[in-house]
Amino acid sequence: MSRLHAFHGGIHPPEHKAESNGARIVQVPLPPQLVVALNQHIGHGAKPVVAAGDRVAKGQMIGRAEGRVSAAVHAPTSGRVLAVEPRVVAHPSGLAELCVVIEPDGEERWIERQRFDWRNADGPAVLDHLRDLGVVGLGGAVFPSHLKLAGARTLDTLVINGAECEPYITCDDRLMRERADEIGAGIAIVRQLMNARQVKVGIEDNKPEAIEAMRLACGGQDIEVVVVPTLYPSGGAKQLTRLLTGREVPAGVRATDLGVQCFNVGTVQALYRALEHGEPLLSRIVTLTGAVARPGNVEALLGTPLSHLMAFAGVAADVTGHVYGGPMMGFVLPSLEAGLTKSGNCIIARNAELFPPAPPEMPCIRCGTCAEACPAELQPMDLYWFARARQFGRAQERHLFDCIECGACAYVCPSNIRLVDYFRYAKSEIWAAEKSRDAATLARRRHEARQARQERDKRERAERLAARTTPRPAPPPLPEQVTPQEAPAAPAAPTDDDKQARIAAAMARAAARRAGQAGKGEGGDGA
Amino acid sequence: MSVLLALCVMAGLALLLGAVLGFAAIRFRVEDDPLVDKIDAILPQTQCAQCGYPGCRPYATAITNDEADINQCPPGGEDGIRQLADLLGREFKPLNAANGVEKPKRVAVIDEQLCIGCTLCIQACPVDAIVGAAKHMHTVIASECTGCELCIAPCPVDCIDMAPLGDTPASWKWRYPVAMLKVVS
Amino acid sequence: MRTSPFLVQPTPLQIVMLKVAGALLPGIALYAWTFGIGVLVQIALASVTALAVEAGCLKLRGRPLQPFLSDGSALVTAWLLALAVPPLAPWWMVVLATAVAIGLAKHLYGGLGQNTFNPAMVGFAVLIVSFPAQMSRWAAPLGLGMAELGGLAQLGWIFTGQLPAGLAFDAIASATPLDTVRTALGQGQPLAQILAAPIFGDVGGTGSEWIVLGWLVGGVFLWQQKLIPWQLPVGYLGALALTASAFHLADPAHYAGPGFHLATGAAMLGAFFIVTDPVTAPTTPWGRLLYAALAGVLTYLIRVFGSYPDGVAFAVLIMNIATPLIDQLTQPAVFGRKRGKAA
Repeated sequence: MSRLHAFHGGIHPPEHKAESNGARIVQVPLPPQLVVALNQHIGHGAKPVVAAGDRVAKGQMIGRAEGRVSAAVHAPTSGRVLAVEPRVVAHPSGLAELCVVIEPDGEERWIERQRFDWRNADGPAVLDHLRDLGVVGLGGAVFPSHLKLAGARTLDTLVINGAECEPYITCDDRLMRERADEIGAGIAIVRQLMNARQVKVGIEDNKPEAIEAMRLACGGQDIEVVVVPTLYPSGGAKQLTRLLTGREVPAGVRATDLGVQCFNVGTVQALYRALEHGEPLLSRIVTLTGAVARPGNVEALLGTPLSHLMAFAGVAADVTGHVYGGPMMGFVLPSLEAGLTKSGNCIIARNAELFPPAPPEMPCIRCGTCAEACPAELQPMDLYWFARARQFGRAQERHLFDCIECGACAYVCPSNIRLVDYFRYAKSEIWAAEKSRDAATLARRRHEARQARQERDKRERAERLAARTTPRPAPPPLPEQVTPQEAPAAPAAPTDDDKQARIAAAMARAAARRAGQAGKGEGGDGA
Repeated sequence: MSVLLALCVMAGLALLLGAVLGFAAIRFRVEDDPLVDKIDAILPQTQCAQCGYPGCRPYATAITNDEADINQCPPGGEDGIRQLADLLGREFKPLNAANGVEKPKRVAVIDEQLCIGCTLCIQACPVDAIVGAAKHMHTVIASECTGCELCIAPCPVDCIDMAPLGDTPASWKWRYPVAMLKVVS
Repeated sequence: MRTSPFLVQPTPLQIVMLKVAGALLPGIALYAWTFGIGVLVQIALASVTALAVEAGCLKLRGRPLQPFLSDGSALVTAWLLALAVPPLAPWWMVVLATAVAIGLAKHLYGGLGQNTFNPAMVGFAVLIVSFPAQMSRWAAPLGLGMAELGGLAQLGWIFTGQLPAGLAFDAIASATPLDTVRTALGQGQPLAQILAAPIFGDVGGTGSEWIVLGWLVGGVFLWQQKLIPWQLPVGYLGALALTASAFHLADPAHYAGPGFHLATGAAMLGAFFIVTDPVTAPTTPWGRLLYAALAGVLTYLIRVFGSYPDGVAFAVLIMNIATPLIDQLTQPAVFGRKRGKAA
């Protein structure tokens, strides 16, 4: 039994897991339509490779990974692509983003699936395969898994996250109880890929059945199933890693560089399905709970409209809204029309009884309770102060970006201050400022380059002129060294009457064409 | 006599402290950006010339030389004016309406059906964000476009439009939290 | 709630303040038992004033009354102030001090949570600077004075300044133990002889040492309820005791021992209820320890070498100024960024 390295802080919110962890995982019937978002992971959204009208097979790639941090997206079932268009996605903004809308044909016609010989393939090939099968972290952060696997020659400890510390959520619990063997097989794969010296599976002590199942599945392998005390947020990757290994991974540092890496149990299982069965990530387990008639866990295709899921669970009459994710870190769904994404581990139907309205916010009295609860060992009251005063620089100095937004501070605050809101606000302001600063730098560079070029042009022209007017025997004229972009600059000199006339003629032609087009457009509308 | 002594002591002290300060000023000098650079860093670099100067840097120079006020940059907006006011220790003042109004960021889009390939917009673009050649259709590199609108006027066929950059989930920002307590009326 | 977390722990500010007030009760009870009901009158006066001034300030500032009046913070300030003034002080003194504490030290700085200085101590400081004579005339503990005042007579004295016929105030008043020691030492008496006087009990002052025990009980309750961090009282009392010990060891004939200093004056009340005011104290663990320890040393120095009856108020106010600096200097390392650790 290895020693636990307790992390600082943490809270004990009411668990509410019993409602949904009793029944087996059930399959949700096919919905009439699937809305598959192309950006279901951290990083760049996938680029669509299908168009409206295409027929797709189950598991066929519909979005290709674009850029370094990205992952592919696949058709969750066979059917017809109705549209590739912006639809409302499961995001706190309630904004629309590019989605592939698929009408299932009910045939469940698979693509050809092939086992991937990962044992004999070289490293990059395995990673590309995982990227193309769309495997991303299923714990909630949806970080593309191939990036986590990359760059590890040897790893000291592989941490498998089965802690599931957030209240209400039980999808990992059920997965471990029912599919422990697949998780075990997945752990063996990751372990070999990362050349990990030891493997530790962390599970909170409120899941005895899952612990038992995982111990059984990992028997024979040199894997330690560690029971960790129930304390939110022990399921945070950084917190669990610290708990099991004593190593702390600060923000902005790759865990692999510190010899540890953490995978969620669901991710490991998906990884196993991808490599051993050639199955892309098409579905996930979701906990449907809160004020519903039949709380429990379902396996649902990605893209299943959330309204379909909630109808399946039976929403009570007094429900005032839905939370996507857990009650500590999730967000209120702006619309149930969005499709299920890879990050959707839980949907909670809210009513006033389960989630009473927030008491009024009082001033901060600097009692320090938040600092005691903070698992990142920050001083939330100071960060709050800076964020509120829009002193983002000071907030960054005090390590705002080490905040994991777990919500422990806001949970304990006696003044009911929505601390995390301020931190999210400050972070997104800082990101936006960085973006516009980068854009300004780029613009300045390009502007300066252009000025330098114009300067050079002028000089060279003057030199040529000087060369021509000197009485010396005229040298053969230099071939004009101009880049294609500069080439047009010379002919368009305003002194050239001929060119002016040509432009005027072109303008007339364009005007005529524009008039014709407009007429056509109107005609089209009328028809 | 004692007066003389006091004078000597004071003078000696003054010399000593002055020497220390002078030494510190040289030894611990902080290399600082010239003011123009600092102002230029705040300006949004759209190079749109709405301020009345041919670009952001000339405007920064003009501010440094007290030739221009700090409220002449519409793309920088209120935020930019505030930062300039902070930097220069001046009072904040609202944007000068004569220079324009603050607009959400937009990028130029060329209607490629209408473009006649005249290259006038390419010459107008301060950041070389338009590619194309004579008699060939031009197009805007959206990621490089600063939205300065300088290409619109020269276009002989009016084929350039400014398209607003809509909010996407990636660019969306969390808003400033609203405290629950309200002022009683 | 539109944003996560959607769960909150039900320990609102009111409960916190209520518990602080509750923790004061044992000490208050012992106080009233030892010195008579004067202290209760002072508490009532301070409470009414505090609520009235709080309401007035909120009104002026356009803030809602209900949440701030019911948060209990004004009451806690009022009670602490009432406990710091002599129980037989005239009524207008505590009223003035409370008005200053709430109006000036709290609301002028922006209200709850915004004040730089401990409001109760600001109120106290104003009194002690303005009315030093009244502030050093404490009632003798019951049974020790030459004469005794009944409850009604105490009320009468506080409100009208009239004593029952034939009684002079000096007959019922007495200097505090701390004052007595200072005055007697100044007259050249040896410490051992001074402490043998009836006003001194086993460790502190007769009677008042029991009140000190009451504060200790309340303080331990607050600590057990996790409402005050251990660093503040431990740092304060520890530093006070250490400083007292050092002086006592150096010259026992002149400087009283640590036990005396812990058990007299406002040391114990201050350690658990004044130094621990979260708004004006640092928030980092080491910062709290440093803040409290420096306050403890200052208290001793002001008590022994200063001219005021006790040093708690000024020690706390001086340290309040240093709070932002202490916080700045003692920022703890955050997760994953600790030096000396392989991370």
